[in-house]
Amino acid sequence: MMQWLLVMPIFIPLLTATACAFSFRKQSLSSVISWTGAIANLLVAILLIQTVISNGLQVTAFGDWKAPFGIVFVADLLSSSMVLITAIIGIAIVLYSTADLRSKPFYAIYHSLIHALLAGVMGSFLTGDIFNLYVFFEVMLITSFGLMVLGANKAQIDAAVKYVVLNLISTMVFLLAIGLLYGATGTLNMADLHAKVAELPDTTMMLISGLFLFGFAIKASAFPVFSWLPASYHHLPSAIVALYAALLTKVGVYALIRVFTIVFDLVDSGYQPLLIVIAGLTMLTGVLGAASQFNIKRILSFHIISQIGYMLMGLAIYTPLAITGAIFYIIHHIIVKANLFLIGGFLKRKQGSDNLRELGGAYSAMPWLALLFLIPAFSLAGFPPLSGFWGKFLVIKASLQTEEYLLAATALFVGLMTIYSMTKIWAEAFWKPLPENAPAPVTLSWKENCLYITPIAALAVITILIGFMVEPIYQLAETSAMNLLNPQPYINAVLGGDSISHTAPLSANGIAGGSH
Amino acid sequence: MEFLWCLVVGLMTACGVFLMLERHIVRFLFGMILVSNAINLAIFVAGRLTRGNPPLIASDALLPAAGYANPLPQALILTAIVIGFGLLLFTLLLAYRAIKELGTADMDKMQHAETEQ
Repeated sequence: MMQWLLVMPIFIPLLTATACAFSFRKQSLSSVISWTGAIANLLVAILLIQTVISNGLQVTAFGDWKAPFGIVFVADLLSSSMVLITAIIGIAIVLYSTADLRSKPFYAIYHSLIHALLAGVMGSFLTGDIFNLYVFFEVMLITSFGLMVLGANKAQIDAAVKYVVLNLISTMVFLLAIGLLYGATGTLNMADLHAKVAELPDTTMMLISGLFLFGFAIKASAFPVFSWLPASYHHLPSAIVALYAALLTKVGVYALIRVFTIVFDLVDSGYQPLLIVIAGLTMLTGVLGAASQFNIKRILSFHIISQIGYMLMGLAIYTPLAITGAIFYIIHHIIVKANLFLIGGFLKRKQGSDNLRELGGAYSAMPWLALLFLIPAFSLAGFPPLSGFWGKFLVIKASLQTEEYLLAATALFVGLMTIYSMTKIWAEAFWKPLPENAPAPVTLSWKENCLYITPIAALAVITILIGFMVEPIYQLAETSAMNLLNPQPYINAVLGGDSISHTAPLSANGIAGGSH
Repeated sequence: MEFLWCLVVGLMTACGVFLMLERHIVRFLFGMILVSNAINLAIFVAGRLTRGNPPLIASDALLPAAGYANPLPQALILTAIVIGFGLLLFTLLLAYRAIKELGTADMDKMQHAETEQ
């Protein structure tokens, strides 16, 4: 049973995706399948995190090929909480898109792709094998390509070209890094790599970890290599962009955190000063980019970049508190960002535009929506007691403790600028009267309103809950951070106590095979 | 032997990167194909090259004879080729569609996503 539990978060979405693909002629049937799949996934995710909390780390070796030889799935606290958040976002998006994309011709195939994407994301969180991580990245990538061009209008095709090209470069570099790492160590298992990487010559380690850093930085849209994100995200349908904003870049950050704690030690790899600079500049460019935009989706897209900076900042400082902050920030950000995009999408559906100049009067027309907007907006900017405040507080405190004053000042300034952007959306879309030439808002049926508002409200409630019940989430993040910085228990659990790896025939013979 | 292959990989990467710096989307794709094949070769070489020593275990031994060829990089490359093939197919179709829809193959002129509507 436990053996199966780890596979379920990938198996269920893949099964759902297949079922949706077969029922693409019947819209309502594919909606029902999609809902069922999303709910089943949430239940499994809850079961998984419960098991991990009560029984500790879970390992499944495929075909009983023991690590480090076979592929293993590992669910520690970090990956199982990421799986849970992914499942929550999955349900929210599936519900929302039932209303938002129903009229579109690609509706049924959309459900199929979105579940396959979720499978890729879940797999990236759960796998303990670095080549398997590559495979799940590819699953995620190819489905995200597919979702990107579903609408197939000029702008989307153009956006997709940029998205595809830059992500392919990242993929190639990632693959090269894995190949070289295997050539240097003879293993692909992350737990096994920990000890073997430490024995590598410094230059080799620096080269390989540099390639990983570059590859994942593109995925995470970090400072010099973020341009694919603001070039492509704003042409996606709202439900899809919310899913991308919540999950895709965060998988990149997750991979960075995983690889630079368990496989490489960030301090030993020599990239810590660079990553600190990258983190600061990522925050700054993101928020400055957002300040010049007048389209809700574009503002929010640039804010993804600036928020990624905070997470990278947590990793770059590399103290337990900082990593705790980074993990807390990821959890908070996934919920809040998805929510803001969903609200932007709802406004677009009502007014037919997400350009701030053509919007207005939403406060008087929908005061409850204004309230629902304020919660994630304030949380994003970091108002206490909402979730964003605690995330920012943790990483900034960690930066002050390590005397990175410039970085702390940047983080605070970026928080201030985030308020500016959120106020801009508030003032333009909600507060000012509707422009004279704007069309009258679309009236939606009661059912459609429900489908739009339920996920938005649910995510807002989760934001508030995280804000008021910081302690359990903080402890979860702290334990995860401790496990990452002191990975011995993880390694023992994966490799089965006294490490088999040193007597392994493959490594004993050396992959050069010449030493005997 | 490995040194020679390293040169080949380096040469392929150099050509690939040169093509990828072009503005024409099809040339870019050719460059991408070259680089991704160069990477596959790099994985192959990183697994070290041995001749005439298949990783087979003799019936009376527990381990294969020393100096055997490591089969894992081949498996990795095979996976990477399959994935790369799928991605390439998608990208080629996308490029074809982009040229038809946008009326240009020059990536500098592909500005439809950037303009404010």
